[in-house]
Parts: sequence; C-alpha cells; structure tokens
Amino acid sequence: MGVGITVEHLNAFYGKTQALFDINIVVAQNHATALIGPSGCGKSTFIRCLNRMHETIPEARVEGKVHIGDLSVYNGTSATQLRRRVGMVFQKPNPFPTMSIYDNVAAGLKLNGFRNRKQLDEVVHKSLHSSALWDEVKDHLHKKSGASLSGGQQQRLCIARALAVQPEVLLMDEPCSALDPISTGKIEELIFQLKEQYTIVIVTHNMQQAARVAEFTGFFLLGKMIEFDKTEKIFTNPSDKRTEDYVTGRFG
Amino acid sequence: MSNQALPRPRFSAPEPEHGPSEHGSKAALKLETRTTPLLHGKVSEIPDAAFGWAMRLCGVAVVALLGLIVYQLVVGSQLSWHAFGWKFFGQSDWNPVEDQYGALPFIFGTIVSSLLSLVIAVPLSIGVAVFITEMCPVRLRGILSFTTELLAAIPSVVYGLWAIFVLVPVLRAYVQPFLATTLGWTGLFSGPPYGIGMLAAGVILAIMVIPIISSITREVLTVVPQHQREAVLALGATRWEMIRMGVLRNARAGIVGAIILGLGRALGETMAVTMVIGNRPEIAKSLFAPGYTMASVLANEFTEATGDLYLSALIEIGLALFFVTIIVNALARLMVWSVTRGQPARGIA
Amino acid sequence: MPETNTNSTAAAIPQIKVPQFSVPPISLRRRVMDHVMTGVSVLTVALVLLPLFAIFAYLVFKGIGSINLAFLTQTPKPVGEPGGGMANAIVGSMVILGIASLLGVPLGIGAGIFLSEYGRNRYGDIVRFVSDVLNGVPSIVIGIVAYGLVVMRQKHFSALAGGVALAIMMIPTIARTTEQMLLLVPQAIREASYGLGVSRWRTTLSITLRTATSGVITGVMLAFARVAGETAPLLFTAFGNQFWNWKTDQPTAALSLQIFTYAISPFDEWHRQAWAGALVLIVLIVGAVAAVRIAVKHGTLAGA
Repeated sequence: MGVGITVEHLNAFYGKTQALFDINIVVAQNHATALIGPSGCGKSTFIRCLNRMHETIPEARVEGKVHIGDLSVYNGTSATQLRRRVGMVFQKPNPFPTMSIYDNVAAGLKLNGFRNRKQLDEVVHKSLHSSALWDEVKDHLHKKSGASLSGGQQQRLCIARALAVQPEVLLMDEPCSALDPISTGKIEELIFQLKEQYTIVIVTHNMQQAARVAEFTGFFLLGKMIEFDKTEKIFTNPSDKRTEDYVTGRFG
Repeated sequence: MSNQALPRPRFSAPEPEHGPSEHGSKAALKLETRTTPLLHGKVSEIPDAAFGWAMRLCGVAVVALLGLIVYQLVVGSQLSWHAFGWKFFGQSDWNPVEDQYGALPFIFGTIVSSLLSLVIAVPLSIGVAVFITEMCPVRLRGILSFTTELLAAIPSVVYGLWAIFVLVPVLRAYVQPFLATTLGWTGLFSGPPYGIGMLAAGVILAIMVIPIISSITREVLTVVPQHQREAVLALGATRWEMIRMGVLRNARAGIVGAIILGLGRALGETMAVTMVIGNRPEIAKSLFAPGYTMASVLANEFTEATGDLYLSALIEIGLALFFVTIIVNALARLMVWSVTRGQPARGIA
Repeated sequence: MPETNTNSTAAAIPQIKVPQFSVPPISLRRRVMDHVMTGVSVLTVALVLLPLFAIFAYLVFKGIGSINLAFLTQTPKPVGEPGGGMANAIVGSMVILGIASLLGVPLGIGAGIFLSEYGRNRYGDIVRFVSDVLNGVPSIVIGIVAYGLVVMRQKHFSALAGGVALAIMMIPTIARTTEQMLLLVPQAIREASYGLGVSRWRTTLSITLRTATSGVITGVMLAFARVAGETAPLLFTAFGNQFWNWKTDQPTAALSLQIFTYAISPFDEWHRQAWAGALVLIVLIVGAVAAVRIAVKHGTLAGA
C-alpha cells in the first residue's frame, strides 16, 4: 500500500537562487498526482526534494518539512534509507550499462546487501511483470545488457528496477518525454495499474497526459504552486486565472 | 462534472475516488499484495563517511608525496649547502678526493645537451606535427601518430644501448669528420672525434624528445579553428602559406609551450645521456668533447659516494635539478593551457 | 525584345561590354615554395621514423640470436665465461613491478576517485596541480627520495626500495587518468543508483568505477608500461644483483639495470646479452601498450 505525502512550507535553493517558494501540499495515498507547469517552474526541483535528490547538487539546500507516511524526510532519516522507500524514474531512461537486465532490476537489492538468490529471482520476476516487460525479456534476462533495449523498454526496465526495492511512493520526472507515443501509451497504462499499490507523483509537460493518468493535479508557476485540485476541476473549471490561461494554452 | 459535495481539497487529503474500473480489470496483470519490504533496518552513515575520508586521504597522499620529495632533497643537501653556499653552482672543481665540489660543469653540460637536442628536435617535431595534421591523408593519420607515440614508449636504457653501438660509431666515422671539415671554423667542432661526447648526447636526446614536442604540437594545431584556415585560403594562399599564416601563427604560444615541455624532459633525462656523454666534468667549447650532466653524475657517482659531504653535494645537485625541471614544466603547461583552454593533458609518457 | 531591322548591322544591337576577370597566376616562387615545404615535411617524417625503425631493426638483428632457453632461465656467469642469462633480472623486474603496483595502483585510483567524486573544488585543484608537477620530476630524483626513505633506514638496497620509487612515479599518472575516466560516466547513472537508495560509497565503487573499468585499466597499464622500462630510479634502490634473490630486502636484479651494466661494460659477450635483454624488455613493453590500444578499441567503454 502506498502512503500519503505531506509537504509544509517547502523552500528550495540553488546556491543563492530560490527555486521553490513556500510549497504546501498533501498528496493522497494510492493515487496518481500530476504536476504541470511551464518549463523551469520548479516541478522537477520539487519532486527531487521529496527523495532528497536535490541535495546531490552542490550548493543546493532545502528548508521546510516533508513527511512521507510517518517518516520525516528532513529530520533524522538518512537520505539513503529514505530513498529505499521512495522510488524514482527519470526523464531519460538510465539503465546501468554494464549490467544485464536481471542485474539491473536486482541492482537496488544486490547493492544494498541482499543476497538470497531465490528471493532475488522472485522479486525480479514480479517487478518485470509489474512493469509489463516480462514477456519481452524473459528469454534474455542474463544475456542482454540493460542498454541494448529500445527506449520504451529501457524506461520500463527503470520502472521495474525502482519497483524491485518495494517503495511506497513512486516519483516520475517526465518519464515519457523521451519516448514515442506507443511506448508512452504502455507506460500510462502501467501507471493506472501501479496506482493500486503505490502512491505516484508524476511531473509532466503534457497536459493531456495529466488528464489521462492522474486524479489530482498541481499547477506550478515560477516556483510557486498556484493551484492543487482534482484533475477534472483543474482542466474544466480552474479557480485561478493563471491556471486557466495555462491549461487553455494561452502561454506555456 | 465535479462533485460539489466534496470539500475543497486544497490542503487536505481528499476522499479517494474509485479508480476508473474499466482500466483496473486487466486480467493479465495481477499485482500481488505487498509483504514486508525486503530492505529494512537502519542504514548507518559510517561507511559513507569513512569512504569519503579514505578517498580524501589518497588525495592528501599525493600532495604529501611532493612534500616528501622536497623534504628529502633539502635535508640531504644541508651539509653541502652549509659548506659551499651559492658558490656551489659557480665553481667547476669537482674533486671527491679533496672533498671539493663545484657543480658548474654539470649545469653547463645539462644546458648545452638540452639546448642542442632542441635545436635538432624542434624543426623535426613541428614538421611531423604539421604533416600529420595538415598534409597527411586521413587514412595515414592514425598509423603515423601511433608510430611517433611508439618512440615515446622505448625505455631510456634501450636508447642508450642503441646509441653506444650504432649512433656513436656513425658519428665517429661519418658525421663528425664532415662537421669538422665544413663547420670546424666555428670552434664548435674541434678536437678528436671520439664519437662519445656532447654531440652524441644531443642527438639521442633529440630523438627522445621529438615524440613529446610533436604530440603536444599536434594537439595545439588541431585546436586552431577551421575558419582560420579557410579565411587564409579564401584570400588565395597556397597550402604552405595557409599553414604558416593561418595555423602556425595562431598556435605559436602552444608550440612554444610544447618546446618548453620537451626541454623539461631533456633536462631530466638520465640513462641514454649517461651512456654516451663521456662523463668527464669539464667545460669545453667543442661539441665533440665529452661532458657531464647533473642527472648523469647522480647516476654514476651516487652509489660510489663515500663520505657524507660527497653524498650531500650530489643530493644538492638533485635538488637543483628538481627545481629547474619543476619551473620549466610549470611554465610549459601554462603556455599550452592558454591555447587549449584546459582540455585535459594527455598522459605525457 | 526590341524589334530589329533585319538589315541592320550588328553594331545597332546594344553591346554590353562584360569585364574580364583575369586571375593573375600564382607566382612561380610561391608555388615552388609550397612544394618545397611539402617535401620538407615529408622529409622530417622520414627522419623521425628512421631512428625508430633503426632501433627496432638492430634490436631484432642483434638480439634475436641470443635469446634462447639458457638466456631466459639462467643467471649471469662470471666475467669471461660465455653463456648465462638474465633470468634473475626478468624475475627481479617482475617482483619490483609487483611491489610498485601493489603500492601505486590503489593509491592512484583512490586519488583519482577523490579528484572526480569529492574534488570538484579548490582542494581538488591543488591535488590536480601537484599531480601534474609530480609527473615532471626526473626519475633519478625520485630514486634519491626512495633512497632516503627506504635504503638509508634499512641500511641495505632492496626490491622494496625499488618498488617504492616506481610506485611514486605511477601514482600521479594513474590518478589523472582515473579521474578523466570517471568523469566520463554520465551523472544520470549515479543518480539512478542514489535513487534506489544505494549509499554513496557503494555507488562510487560498484556503479561509477565499474562503468569506467576499461578506461581505468587502460590508464593503469600505461603507467605500468612507463615505469617498466625505468632504470634511473633503480640504480640506488634495487641496485642490481648477479644472483637469484627471493627476498624483498636484498639488492635485486632488474632487466633494465642489467642492460645498463652490460652495455657499459667492456666485454663483447655482455654486449650481446644486453641486446637480447633489450629486445625482451621492448617486446614486453610494446606488447602491453599495443594490447591496451586494441582492448580499448574492441572492448566497450560502456556508458561513456
């Protein structure tokens, strides 16, 4: 089961530049929440604050509180431990190039010391099923490298890799922007099914994707969250004029 | 469309809606209910911190190495420094029997052999570099650059071996008599043609520094932007004029840097020089005469040094050699960097 | 088209005089100069390649006859007696190089990891600068340092001292090449690993270093090839030995040292063996350099 995410007064900085201004949001568990907005508005920064990837950039810092389930992200938990409960899928598929498909999926577990071969087999099997990649790769698990798959397959491999660690939350930073429409469709279908098990936060440039996939949508503009509501409302009857301008295509 | 009865979900968790059921019933994909996660337990920060410090220690070790080198050289040369002071570098009397040490012959030998090697090597290196980058058919480029780099892989002692038994006889039999008859009036080519001597050292050093000068020059020439070449050609220049005005002129600073880098290498070169220079601590005008370089005296006499002052004098020569090569190399890198703008330097063999 | 009277002469049709662009021919002097300089360049290439071929030719010509089983398995015979070999020198070189690698490779790779993962700052710049400075120190000076460090303390020459000297020479080269190879690994790969909750040290070793493995190995092999032929730093550290020596704390023979000693000796027999030894040394080194080039070309630097 997924857990909910609570964000209070989140401010994020790159050195002296402030990227996020006082974000407050509650993400519902077992639902997909989309974050939309024009380029550079802070959606990716926000999502990277949720699993503390933002800090890997030198001179970056965060103020505020984030709770994932009962876990306080910025107060006491080690980043490594947090990231085992929050999975991430990146914009450009990034499977580990020196590893086979099996090893890629098992990487999260193997690199964290988990060695039981039988259980690893099970987890890899389940994860590849969950990301709808099993049938296409089941014959080459150990022989083909992760980088030898097509773009859409690689991204599904990355999803399987993230799922193998059994997180409760799945963060997706524009997962389909580098993919063709057919692969995009497959992944959107996947998100629908994954919702039942995980809480999903998906950043997307594509408003129609948000409308297709997410129950809730947040609109970001220039580092502030302008509006956060059910997807239907954002797209049909938004409260804020700026939201309306964006979703109707007047800018962005 | 929107259910008005639902509270405004701005900052609170809304009522979970039933997911669209038509998508949820894909029979093929059956997600299992979650069991306890496989990765539980507290993660310790210690291994990360320890690893970080171990790596930083390795970095510190590199700096410490330099400090160690300086320390060893300075401490070892103290005795000689206190005995002779600055005059050490001005006197030419090298007499272990009477414990009198003056390093001038070695400084002279090092400078003359290195400069001579540059006189020979620089035109050849630039010629090779120009040929490979500007004139050579593309197919040959890889082979030619590989073979010039192969020259750099040959160990110094093998160069010395070949020099003793092949180069020196040739010099003695053909080259030196020729030079004596044609250019003997300059005074640089007088005296018996032993073969062994400053000239041989200069030639073998030249062969050894050609790969360095030519490979850096090649890099510097490649960096010159194509539009510089095209601009000169568009004015109606021949290919050689284009090279001279459009390429070499632009790469001047870098080429000088490459030459200085070659000088740095020549200054510190030991084995090949020791084997053919004659090892006599004398200052002579003729290039046919034997000589002695700083590196050679260290190679020959270090293990023979009886007495602390003797050893200390040798270490002081080592200290001088160290400083000279450091300064020369730093200067060279600065000039090369100014042209290539900090692209990583290839490993200088 | 204006109507023309067919009876008019051509002079009635307005003639536009087209200016002739006459391109003055390039002067003979310039053309000759161009060809001359091309010839000069080719000449320089020939002059540079000449010693290369001459060296290899003489090595093979003079050395191959002397390489036989005896040469590769026996120790030197006393002066004047024919025969004998350089077996102890070949083995001694391997021992010294082994010690040097054990000391130099981990430190070098560690410094490289520091430079790329923890050193993108002022401190890293200092280490980088010092590394480049160290690369330019003459090898005989490094011999002096190893002498002071090891030989003076232990009061005897040893393979260990020789290994220390060569290790000091390997470290800066390996550090810089390792750094460059690690920097080629895309940041996205590291982020993928962090995203899975893998700790930083594990990511650096098992993901970043693993991806850059073939490049790092290339760098190590090139440093190895460079020190394998070194003689000067061994002159007063390993010192050389005419007999077998299996202890690391006694003077040890080395191939390069043996070549030097034989070459400057007055005995023809030893000169002959010097050529053979040089051929063996060159074959081993050039073989390593070529093998590395081929491996890098055919092997995949995956992820770069």
